Amino acid sequence: MNSLILETKDLHKEYTTDKKRVIKALAEINLKVHSNDFLCILGPSGCGKSTLLRIFAGLEKSSGGSIFYKNKPLTSSTHEIGMVFQEYSLLPWRTVIGNVSLGLEFLGKKRNKRLETAMRYLRLVGLEDYAQSYPYELSGGMQQRVAIARSLANDPEILLMDEPFGALDAHTRILLQKELLRIWDNNRKTVLFVTHSVDEAIYLADRILVMSAGPGTLLEEITVDIERPRKRSDPEYGRLTTRILEMLDSQIKQ
Amino acid sequence: MRNVLVKLSIFMIMPLVFLLFWQFMSSLIDNKIILPAISDVFLLLKSPNQPMIGMGSLVDNLTISLIRVLTGYVAAFCLAIPLGMLMGYSKFIFSLFHYFMGLFRPIPPLAWVPLVLAWFGVASLANFSPIQSGQIYIYLRNIQISMVFIIFIGAFFPILLSTIYGVQNVRKTLIESARTLGGNEFKIFWKILIPASAPSIVNGMRIGLGVAWMCLVSAEMLPGSISGVGYLIIHAYTVARTDVVIAGMISIGVVGVMLDTIFKTLETKKFAWQSKYR
Ligand SMILES: Nc1ncnc2c1ncn2[C@@H]1O[C@H](COP(=O)(O)OP(=O)(O)O)[C@@H](O)[C@H]1O
Ligand SMILES: [Mg+2]
Repeated sequence: MNSLILETKDLHKEYTTDKKRVIKALAEINLKVHSNDFLCILGPSGCGKSTLLRIFAGLEKSSGGSIFYKNKPLTSSTHEIGMVFQEYSLLPWRTVIGNVSLGLEFLGKKRNKRLETAMRYLRLVGLEDYAQSYPYELSGGMQQRVAIARSLANDPEILLMDEPFGALDAHTRILLQKELLRIWDNNRKTVLFVTHSVDEAIYLADRILVMSAGPGTLLEEITVDIERPRKRSDPEYGRLTTRILEMLDSQIKQ
Repeated sequence: MRNVLVKLSIFMIMPLVFLLFWQFMSSLIDNKIILPAISDVFLLLKSPNQPMIGMGSLVDNLTISLIRVLTGYVAAFCLAIPLGMLMGYSKFIFSLFHYFMGLFRPIPPLAWVPLVLAWFGVASLANFSPIQSGQIYIYLRNIQISMVFIIFIGAFFPILLSTIYGVQNVRKTLIESARTLGGNEFKIFWKILIPASAPSIVNGMRIGLGVAWMCLVSAEMLPGSISGVGYLIIHAYTVARTDVVIAGMISIGVVGVMLDTIFKTLETKKFAWQSKYR
């Protein structure tokens, strides 16, 4: 087993709204992530999946509990933890390559080095021909690939992905899932992938963490023992789907 | 090519109708003081460098007006843009200034005139100049503090408001993704906030310049002024030279359109991404 890279202990989060109402978003999350894991976090809408990732990304403060990144407490944003958002997040006034270079600029890399690195990652996601295009000239799926390249160009230890394919049509989505696994194979990172699609989780993950409805807790951890590339026609695929769906179903009935 | 011709002729219809109407009315009225003929006004516009009614030429007066506008305008955007950025960025600074300045915003710039004249009188930038002679001095003497102040007020609020709006409406995801890529506050401000709000800021600058130009011409019509197109118009009125009045008005319009075109070109060239931004 690979080394422990991220760990939470009794992590919880409450939001206080403007009207002073307290919303419990996460309750007692105890989680262990090992390096090079492909982990999917699966749960119904509003169970706190985004909140969890945003806390890891340093975009939100936890209300209590602790997070350890490489055995040290994690307190703020770090370029070692990258994030891909569901919504449009590219800078519209920059070209594709300018977007991919953004993190490298923040890290103070030289111009030549930036362009070279950015180009390498554009090649990795198969968009080297679009280096000089603007984001609005690209389809939604291509934009997400650029966003993935942009995060990877920073060479993060952990890549957080918050429903990155959620806004895409079903066909593009399946293509990009395949693409993501290929990229991950070339460039092994620890991935925390949030989704509410059972199918997507089984297709992608080494391990699936199923969350309960809000306030989110970890319900169960499922290891997906199917060889990649996975086939949706595999009987084990179907069995797993049914099992997880039943689990989520019981959540809604409660 | 044919398309261009069609567009051009559609564009020309209204001006031609207007000119015909003007020509018709002026020959009907047949009184130069009420409505001069097109040819009278055209003659003045044809030689804009020629001195008229003892006040210097049209170009001289336009230049003075333009220098005044630019002085007040530059002062306005030097203050409005940084302040607007800070107000858009920080809730604290926003609430510190917003309500206070809200009280000043409804006051029409020209309503400041009496107060400003009482404060500054006819003092001009020349009063602060180390050089007390020469061409520059003459220009400086024509830039009255009171007028700069009025222009400043006129341009300040449109620029300030669009800057605040621009910064407040930068997509949160853009800022957050920059943060996860390792950007600190300072870099995010320069690389995300400023470019993202630039279209809105430039739009405010464009509106501000239009307002400033209108305020100036009106301010020049008020007592205390001795030059500028606004003054030229008022003076021409007192000596019953309606043709000069109209020539002055036309030149105000033309300069206004030219200033606006500069910004429009900048907007379409630099911010093409904005209109296609989904
Ligand atoms: N900024 C916020 N202020 C108040 N409540 C929030 C905020 N963000 C999320 N929430 C609430 O926290 C809960 C979890 O939200 P979220 O993490 O977005 O869920 P998910 O990503 O699983 O759909 C929801 O009930 C949501 O309404
Ligand atoms: Mg979410």
